[in-house]
Amino acid sequence: MVQNDRFGTFLAHLILILGVGIVVFPVYVAVIASTHAPGTFLQGVMPLLPGSHAIENYSEVIFQGRSTAGAPPIGLMLWNSFVMAMMIAVGKIAISLLSAFAIVYFRFRFRIFFFWIIFITLMLPVEVRIVPTFEVVANLNLLNTYAGLTIPLIASATATFLFRQFFMTVPEEMLEAARVDGAGPMKFFKDILLPLSVTNIAAMFVIMFIYGWNQYLWPLLITSDESYYTVVMGIQRMVTGADSEPLWHLVMATVVLAALPPILVILFMQRLFVKGLTETEK
Amino acid sequence: MARIVMDDLHKVYPGGVKAVTGISLDIADGEMIVLVGPSGCGKSTLLRMVAGLETITGGTLSIGDRVVNTLEPADRDIAMVFQNYALYPHMTVYNNLAYGLRNQGVAKPEIERRVQEAAAMLQIGDYLQRKPRALSGGQRQRVAMGRALVREPSAFLFDEPLSNLDAKLRVQMRVEIRQLQKRLGTTSLYVTHDQLEALTLADRLVVLNAGQIEQVGTPMELYQRPETLFVAGFIGSPAMNMIEMAYLRDRGAAPTTLPGGTDLVGMRPDDMLLTAPAAPHLSLNGRVVLLEPAGAESHIYVSLDGNDQPITVRIPGLPTMNEGDPIPLHVPLEALHPFNTASGRRVSA
Repeated sequence: MVQNDRFGTFLAHLILILGVGIVVFPVYVAVIASTHAPGTFLQGVMPLLPGSHAIENYSEVIFQGRSTAGAPPIGLMLWNSFVMAMMIAVGKIAISLLSAFAIVYFRFRFRIFFFWIIFITLMLPVEVRIVPTFEVVANLNLLNTYAGLTIPLIASATATFLFRQFFMTVPEEMLEAARVDGAGPMKFFKDILLPLSVTNIAAMFVIMFIYGWNQYLWPLLITSDESYYTVVMGIQRMVTGADSEPLWHLVMATVVLAALPPILVILFMQRLFVKGLTETEK
Repeated sequence: MARIVMDDLHKVYPGGVKAVTGISLDIADGEMIVLVGPSGCGKSTLLRMVAGLETITGGTLSIGDRVVNTLEPADRDIAMVFQNYALYPHMTVYNNLAYGLRNQGVAKPEIERRVQEAAAMLQIGDYLQRKPRALSGGQRQRVAMGRALVREPSAFLFDEPLSNLDAKLRVQMRVEIRQLQKRLGTTSLYVTHDQLEALTLADRLVVLNAGQIEQVGTPMELYQRPETLFVAGFIGSPAMNMIEMAYLRDRGAAPTTLPGGTDLVGMRPDDMLLTAPAAPHLSLNGRVVLLEPAGAESHIYVSLDGNDQPITVRIPGLPTMNEGDPIPLHVPLEALHPFNTASGRRVSA
């Protein structure tokens, strides 16, 4: 490490500040834009100081929505996004925990084969299989339902793989001690494995919640009923759906509101999240 | 309290590796049996078969008159202390002890009573609300013992429980385990590769080699009268010296008292004397190669005249000779161990 080197310290901080600035600036602009009057954003000169229309803009987005733009009130969209993100995160974690448990602790035929099948799906993003998946969901009459929004996205190779890796670090003797103590497989899972995985589960939850929240293409495809619109795709509707120029001040207010829940999730789970990614407790 | 009977136990792993090949052993109620042997001899496998953590592929195992071959570990009425303790890291010490009892459906006040009793016995009462990570190695070891104690099982199984402790603590815990086992009178099976632990703990010692029993007996029986070359080499530190009969014959020192068929003669390092005893003995000459004072005793490494293989002599106190000095050695005839290399066994008269 460079120590007591003023120039080194200065350089390091300069680079860090520049990096942060580049990342934060667009977010700053979005926040600023959401506080100005309609039209300010289109004059060509972007204001860099907050305007005076913040309360007005936000209350319009929150309470009136923009029916003319084909988007439902933001409250409903936020709720839809929340439901979708929660169902995906919880579903993914539940399924991955169980499948990782099966793969690590049970000896059944084709165990390795199934593991590789799961692993291979890591290489197939949603977009690649989106047409067949849509076909399946449509045939099951799940268009415009929460089930249709979430179930196809719940299977998760990433989480299964992460939990498998974690379970493999749990000493074999722990399982044996539990067996001697009279715990059957599910009891071992519930009493020993689950509590040991808490930090990993929290980390997974944060990642998967944001993954679910930020889904764009899939909800766009399978929802045509306004009452199932999610906020991320709703923003897109607001930009393109209006008959006039996009109302950037309202779009930006929506963007800021849409970004809040993931930020809150991270803030509240930060401690567990970091622990889950870095700590191996033994 | 129970008798454990192993009848021709076999363990063959799916790959065809034979870990245990035909072990029969009758363990009396309240006895402390120590299984000892080099790594890979099958001692841990055997213990885990008794625990129910490894399947038994042949023979029968009964604990307290009940054949338990196919029973789950929890149904065998045994308790096990693991090498790495295997404490549940997310539970307090109290819950670690109580977990097995709760699974058995023991009533709450009874759990409380047993945990407090075990905690008092092991002096871990002050740590009951702590988590294992806040404990030292010795304290964790006690908790692991406590988890076995509270179940009040008919047998304790110990899988090298002291090997993760430092030397001083190991001696202390060894004494405590022995006292506890004697006080409770619970049948115990103890696996170790440390022969000092084996000799001091055991009522009877079982030496295993390559999945089979080499010899069973009290520690003193095994030390004084090893029945096979393997046991002779394994028990005792420093190891027994082996001198070929042919060498003794060449020197005209071959004792006539040894039974026919003897071609290798074993001598304990402490039976090799520097001054001739009154009893009938044989005498050898050698040269000091290395002196190794070890406090109350000293080890002298000697190269015998006309024989390259160094032998070890143990004397009390400090050596008075120097390295390179010639040294006479005298061994009482009754302290000789006659062996046959072809059969690998002791030759009896």
